[in-house]
Amino acid sequence: MVKPVIVGAHYGFRDWLAQRVTAVVMALYTVIFAISALMLPDASYENWRGLFSAGFMKFATFLFFMSLFYHAWIGVRDIFMDYIKPTGVRLVLHSVVVLLLVGYAGWVGQILWRL
Amino acid sequence: MSSKRTVNFKIYRYDPDKDDKPYMQDISVELEESDKKLLDALVRLKAKDDSLSFRRSCREGVCGSDAMNINGKNGLACLTSMDEIAQPVTIRPLPGLPVIRDVIVDMTQFFKQYHSIKPYLVNNDPAPERERLQSPEDREELNGLYECILCACCSTSCPSFWWNPDKFVGPAGLLAAYRFLADTRDQATSERLDNLEDPYRLFRCHSIMNCVDVCPKGLNPTKAIGKIKDMMVRRAV
Repeated sequence: MVKPVIVGAHYGFRDWLAQRVTAVVMALYTVIFAISALMLPDASYENWRGLFSAGFMKFATFLFFMSLFYHAWIGVRDIFMDYIKPTGVRLVLHSVVVLLLVGYAGWVGQILWRL
Repeated sequence: MSSKRTVNFKIYRYDPDKDDKPYMQDISVELEESDKKLLDALVRLKAKDDSLSFRRSCREGVCGSDAMNINGKNGLACLTSMDEIAQPVTIRPLPGLPVIRDVIVDMTQFFKQYHSIKPYLVNNDPAPERERLQSPEDREELNGLYECILCACCSTSCPSFWWNPDKFVGPAGLLAAYRFLADTRDQATSERLDNLEDPYRLFRCHSIMNCVDVCPKGLNPTKAIGKIKDMMVRRAV
């Protein structure tokens, strides 16, 4: 039996755009974080904790990690699409990565808001 | 002083009727002074060993038949100067496509992708008496797009095309897709963008830019692909 090539999923554009937007978010956060960390008087636990207990920093850090996870999801999915040919295996790997990233996202929230 | 010189070649040989698997043949040939390009040398080689097979036609970079992998980089034999080439000259078929014989490859997949983008003007208005006019500025937009000769140097140097030749349109096809998206006389812009809105068909391009590096006509498929994405942003945002 000849297997037809099936394309035309009609997605991809949003992810491509999101990958660019999340990259900008991560770049901006890196600058903000670097400046904030350098401005700490010394690298003590109290200062470190103080840095992240500010509302803005919590928000920015959370946004950074959400961007990182979405960015990573698109990148890893692209790698699977190139190299993992059996559809079933790809589906399993996709699911594992999504679940892991969702778990990490919850973990990030828990760490940030217990500070 | 004689103007004749000997050039050493390493050529990919495979005849499915005779050979179990491909092998590299070491062969040298004496060139005449008039043999300026690699294609001249290959024609000279074929006179010496007539079992060597390759495609060629116009011998001036217009037909795109003699695309091959020359010293590791895709190019047209007829545009490659023998003065600048490193020896031994290693000739292989275009990577990623099935080999029919020696450096002749099966381009079915490549043309299938080209056809999938509907490489023709779609205009449902009644045809005018003479021609559909464009302003010089609108015509300008097609420069750097229409010159593609479909030699497949770009698509067969693209890793994304190697991994998904059946699903990814490839740089040549996408350059052609933008050629019609950019044409003010075309009325199928939305359908064309819908056709490319797919994780494989368009978004396998990761701007590796091998296509730009090898194009014998100096075209820039990556830039055209970027403009298709721009059009999608303008449509969606």
